[in-house]
Amino acid sequence: MSKSQVLTFTDRGIYCPAGDFYIDPWRPVNRALITHGHADHARPGHNRYLATQAAAPILRHRLGDIQLETISYGETRNLDGAKVSFHPAGHVPGSAQIRVEVDGEIWVVSGDYKLEPDGLSEPFEPVKCHSFVTESTFGLPIFNWQAQDEVAAQINAWWRNSIANGITPMLGAYSLGKAQRLLSLLDTDIGPILSHGAVENTTAILREQGYSLPDTVLVQPDTKGAEYPDALVIAPPGALGSTWARRFGKVSTGFASGWMQMRGVRRRRSVDRGFVISDHADWDGLNRAVTETGAENVFVTHGYTDIFARWLKDRGLNAGIVSTEYEGEAAEGAEAE
Amino acid sequence: MKRFARLFREIDGSTKTTVKVAALASYFQDAPDDDRLWTIALFSGRRPKRAITTTRLREWAAEKAGLPLWLLEECYPAVGDLAETIALLLPEPDAALDLSLTEWINRLRDLAQQPEETRKAIILDAWDKLDTTERFLFNKLITGGFRIGVSQKLMTRALSQATGKPEAELAHRLMGNWSPDDTNWHDLIESEDGSTDDSRPYPFYLAYALEDEPDALGSPEDWHAEWKWDGIRGQLILRGGEQYLWSRGEELITDTFPEFSRAKDFVPEGTVLDGEILVWNDGPEPFNALQKRLGRKTVSRKMLSDLPVVLYAYDLLELAGDDMRQRPLEDRRAKLATLFDQLPEEAPLRLSPRLPFAEWDELGDIRKTARDNRAEGLMLKRNDSPYLAGRKKGDWWKWKLAPLTIDAVMIYAQSGSGRRANLFTDFTFAVWNGNDLVPFTKAYSGLSDEEFRKITAWVRKNTQQRFGPVRQVTPEHVFEIAFEGIHASPRHKSGVALRFPRISRWRQDKPLQEANTLDDLKEMLAIYG
Ligand SMILES: [Zn+2]
Ligand SMILES: [Zn+2]
Repeated sequence: MSKSQVLTFTDRGIYCPAGDFYIDPWRPVNRALITHGHADHARPGHNRYLATQAAAPILRHRLGDIQLETISYGETRNLDGAKVSFHPAGHVPGSAQIRVEVDGEIWVVSGDYKLEPDGLSEPFEPVKCHSFVTESTFGLPIFNWQAQDEVAAQINAWWRNSIANGITPMLGAYSLGKAQRLLSLLDTDIGPILSHGAVENTTAILREQGYSLPDTVLVQPDTKGAEYPDALVIAPPGALGSTWARRFGKVSTGFASGWMQMRGVRRRRSVDRGFVISDHADWDGLNRAVTETGAENVFVTHGYTDIFARWLKDRGLNAGIVSTEYEGEAAEGAEAE
Repeated sequence: MKRFARLFREIDGSTKTTVKVAALASYFQDAPDDDRLWTIALFSGRRPKRAITTTRLREWAAEKAGLPLWLLEECYPAVGDLAETIALLLPEPDAALDLSLTEWINRLRDLAQQPEETRKAIILDAWDKLDTTERFLFNKLITGGFRIGVSQKLMTRALSQATGKPEAELAHRLMGNWSPDDTNWHDLIESEDGSTDDSRPYPFYLAYALEDEPDALGSPEDWHAEWKWDGIRGQLILRGGEQYLWSRGEELITDTFPEFSRAKDFVPEGTVLDGEILVWNDGPEPFNALQKRLGRKTVSRKMLSDLPVVLYAYDLLELAGDDMRQRPLEDRRAKLATLFDQLPEEAPLRLSPRLPFAEWDELGDIRKTARDNRAEGLMLKRNDSPYLAGRKKGDWWKWKLAPLTIDAVMIYAQSGSGRRANLFTDFTFAVWNGNDLVPFTKAYSGLSDEEFRKITAWVRKNTQQRFGPVRQVTPEHVFEIAFEGIHASPRHKSGVALRFPRISRWRQDKPLQEANTLDDLKEMLAIYG
């Protein structure tokens, strides 16, 4: 492929020999560049971390006392023989793609990304490169997201409809990213938003950073559902159907994920309502992103790797599969899916 | 189609039975007659004659979506349903056309007469005018298999709410080989005399499995016990000078078992029997023998003489044209015994004998000898029980033997479909033969969704090789496989085949080396085969 391998793929993660650092490694290394705070990308145990300023508070919250340097979006830094910069990935607040340049050869690692601006995350920016390392969580043409406004309207209608029938709507969403995105889409004229502790922690950090999020009421051990007849409850997926949820009496459960596009998954989840909304790119998004980088070489990481790579080869690109330990929309809720 | 699509969304979008039944009931109240008739037909597994092959459907859909065929083929296993795959791949519709369900069905049925060009044009045009849900349903009309979480039981409950007729009567009306072409809503559901069709079977009464010890059932003298045979359940109808044999899956299997054409020489007209179809050679043969007779439309002379079947009758549903189902079991059995009294050896009918017992302990001992008697366990029926419709708790119980088990190593994995698309759920298991692992069975069910999720993540990381949708994985995990029977099978590498294999648990405590061996399997074959 390229004259020099700017990045190589090792059993610890994606490695840059010229700069002696790893990107989102899954085993402990000396120096780790982190695209975003989801558990499968930001792991504990590295000596030194580098991430965007916007991602830093969440990383500290999740990983504790780490040695963390920060960088602004678009700022260039020299790490030995490599020039690196971070660019918005639009995935969750603070998420980045990482650009690495060695001797004029440019590689970009996408981390996780989506193209549609969600009003909260720093919007995705295409970055020109020779080689692009892309995710493919939803790399099948059956995945086509509706516009965010349409999904917002569905969720708000479900909220109104539930409370009109004396039922509490309970929305399951991953606590970093998806939950806050949903919060920002909710129509707070309908009623108050109650939030599970796991969601509230992350929300409070992002609020502190200045991301614009509606008010929420933290569910305390003595909170009674009956005190909030008009409320919508937002909680991590695991809390749906748990003893924690019992205080709300009759509930209608909803789950928001790209996987809800498939009927089989919807039924397996056995939730009352599935909302198709994802922080990952859909089929068109993946294709558009690849095209806009202008890259000749594409390495496909987690998701429908073999299928998406074959499709890119059909389109005349050099495409390869890289096996990683990223888990897509899975690890974001700490469950494999 | 809009109304039908709304019904589908309501049913599919809820996990609550009451919501589903309410949606169906309101649909059955309001929808036009021919639409509700078709809805019953579709939800009970009937469908319009297939006008287009799925091969063509795939090709046209790929073309319409502007994708190579291989990519559609790759999407299909991920989604698990062809109709849904195509609905998701097609571009947004560019117009809307609201035809009723029946009108769309008629459109599809007219296709059979058309040249291929025209068929294609009509299908592509339909896709242009339907939204994603409507397209999915339209495709389902072509591909068949409307499994959408509505059981026959829920549908009859909803029909009962909509019409005010009792559920059991409606269940009976829906049995048999009707199709929307030869009946209408009024004749099928509303007419006063719902039993004009001689072939119409009664709904089978199904037993629940007994989980506890039978002591909880009360006094032994209130109960009737017999073997639970290892054949297939059948209902034999002798009416109007004809005989009809129905399977429990509501399939008419008269032609598969021509032996019963002689039944009317031995029992009178107007008789309906419930019993077990078994291969009989001086006694019942194992299921394996019967399996060779299943699914055949024509039966050779040799097969009839090598593997003759009988009906082991255990209940009498109709006598001299009278419905006997409300009478107590004792009474029905007594009449059955009279009917079968002194039947000659050549009759294809036998009475499934009653097993007398005085104490539950004694019955427990009898149960232990089930395998020696070619039975799977016992049936317990309350002496005064009526013959109910469907699976009901209380009066009838099956008390099966514990299954046979073996510890095996998972070596291949394949993803499931439908509710479990996108998860690895279909596995191939092996036992040790020296240092080699010999595959001997597949198994699909038995783990929780949580366990399937866990194993799926593991399979993704431990794939050694791919063969299409099948992945060879590192031999590492041991599972306990439960099964009901074992027999010799030269077609299998291991030389054995299992009956009803399923995963009973994930032996995370068991090291790989301690899985069972091929010799262990062969020993089981010698004992139980
Ligand atoms: Zn992520
Ligand atoms: Zn990821």
